Amino acid sequence: MNIKSILAKKGMTVVTIHPNQSIREAIARLAQHNIGALVAVDEANLPVGILSERDITRALAQDEQIFARSVSELMTKNVITGLPQDDLISVANTMTERRIRHLPVVEKGKLVGIVSIGDVVKAQRDQYQGEVDTLQTQILGEKA
Amino acid sequence: MAQLGTTANPLRVAVIGSGPTAFYAADHLLKQKDLVVKIDMFDRLPTPYGLVRGGVAPDHQKIKSVTATYDKTAAHPNFRFFGNVEFGRDITLADVRDHYHQVIYCTGAQTDRSMNIPGEELQGSHAATEFVAWYNGHPDYRDCQFDLSQERAAVVGVGNVAVDVARILCRTPAELATTDIADYALEALGRSNIKEVYLLGRRGPAQAAFTNPEIKELGELAAADIYVPPAEAELDELSKAELERSQDRLTMKKVEILQSYAHRPDEGKPRQLVVRFLVSPVELLGDEKGRVRAIRLVKNRLQPTEAGTLRAEPTGEYEELPVGLVFRSVGYRGVPLPGVPFNHKWGVILNNKGRVINPETQQPEVGQYCAGWIKRGPSGVIGTNKPDAVETVTCMLEDLAQDLTFQPAHPEPEAIEALIRQRQPRYVTYADWLRLDEIEMARGQELGRPRLKFTRVEDMLAALGR
Repeated sequence: MNIKSILAKKGMTVVTIHPNQSIREAIARLAQHNIGALVAVDEANLPVGILSERDITRALAQDEQIFARSVSELMTKNVITGLPQDDLISVANTMTERRIRHLPVVEKGKLVGIVSIGDVVKAQRDQYQGEVDTLQTQILGEKA
Repeated sequence: MAQLGTTANPLRVAVIGSGPTAFYAADHLLKQKDLVVKIDMFDRLPTPYGLVRGGVAPDHQKIKSVTATYDKTAAHPNFRFFGNVEFGRDITLADVRDHYHQVIYCTGAQTDRSMNIPGEELQGSHAATEFVAWYNGHPDYRDCQFDLSQERAAVVGVGNVAVDVARILCRTPAELATTDIADYALEALGRSNIKEVYLLGRRGPAQAAFTNPEIKELGELAAADIYVPPAEAELDELSKAELERSQDRLTMKKVEILQSYAHRPDEGKPRQLVVRFLVSPVELLGDEKGRVRAIRLVKNRLQPTEAGTLRAEPTGEYEELPVGLVFRSVGYRGVPLPGVPFNHKWGVILNNKGRVINPETQQPEVGQYCAGWIKRGPSGVIGTNKPDAVETVTCMLEDLAQDLTFQPAHPEPEAIEALIRQRQPRYVTYADWLRLDEIEMARGQELGRPRLKFTRVEDMLAALGR
């Protein structure tokens, strides 16, 4: 299973923000879409950073005036991105080990989606659940 | 009017398609407490079960026993089946809006991805799914022709479908005679001249999609020796490191099985099945008559992506593999339904967790849902569709609670039945299917087979006296 199968059922929109926009705007967008991270994109719609609720919380603990600051000041700039063909299992390992909770997905230089650790865990759970169910049906045979 | 979902005003749901997902969705809806739901399931074929009938290999009968669960769902008094009724032709989305509160599309991934290489259109180059549908007696594919006078065949891909095709090509008539394979396929494969079958994997043994039982089964064929070139069975350094890190026991076992095939003595069986790794087809080469004569392969090496997946990259080293038949099994995609938004990028209905999405507004299309392969693409086993269907049904129930449904003018079950009778008088009910099922099994019993399938819609209808 690859991350394409997660993206396929997430519609087509990725909620993005421009690095020059304010943290105030970013927070509004996070709340509006009920999500945990925004992908910061440049004019070519390519990811240049990622801004998570944790980035905001951490900054807020030190500075209560962060609302007017720009996204680029707080965002994580070294974004790790995935490909649609990336295997679910290696993505799960990478996200767990590197403590990444959101992985923007890029194909041929274009942002095509984002997967969260929650999406990955759910996809894995459904996969295992499906396998167990199928095996049980086969073992029980006609009695299922 | 009485509240929707009560005895006085039942929730009316149309399910398009009748494969595993369709039954899991119907079952989950019917099991809801405090909700009265009446379901109509449609299939363009007179027979239900989707890929369980038309995809699961005939020598895997045990997997097909899952249909007993579907029959239970179908026995519910609030369930009806309309077989031989095609969405978009016999009933349209407008008809559905007029008669139901919700519709759920479970039409699967019906078409294959091409390899996008020169020569793919040559004679002797086929989609693996066509071959699968042919040997399983799918009415649309029963008249396909495969040149089994060839001695060498290649199957591109190492997923479940590729493994099925390779295995069926290697089976003896005696092995196949105890299955429910289509009678014409049994006859054609009985005359098969195939001596060598190649399974071609783009990546290495650790990344192959097939499961351990599947690869083990390939080593137990009556009339085919299995072989893996030792150099290709060895793990590269990156795969080794990855496996060391993950300690994934299933993958370790897979690699162990494949490596044992590399060193297994040839038992001199009449056929040979060769599993190749780290090769990608770059061109199909034809003879002067436009027939496949060889497949040109590039050798690959693995490179890690940023997210940690090992991907195949061409090395620039090529080889030619002489084969007269090629079956591609490199991925599948759904077919758009008339009037339903489609996501061409992923080959699925445009959706969010199963809610169909309007491409302009990016908002849900009220009343329309999808589940299974047409929702997430082709992945997982039969049972994976159960949690997937549950996710969609959960959305349907949430929307119902918000009164977000179609507003049908004629929700009474008799109205759509009258319309269908007019549009497609030869529709098939579940009771009809159960009769057909009995006839098929009785025909099979005489021959010592689980069933002898009807492979033409006309024959099915004739058997039912239509």
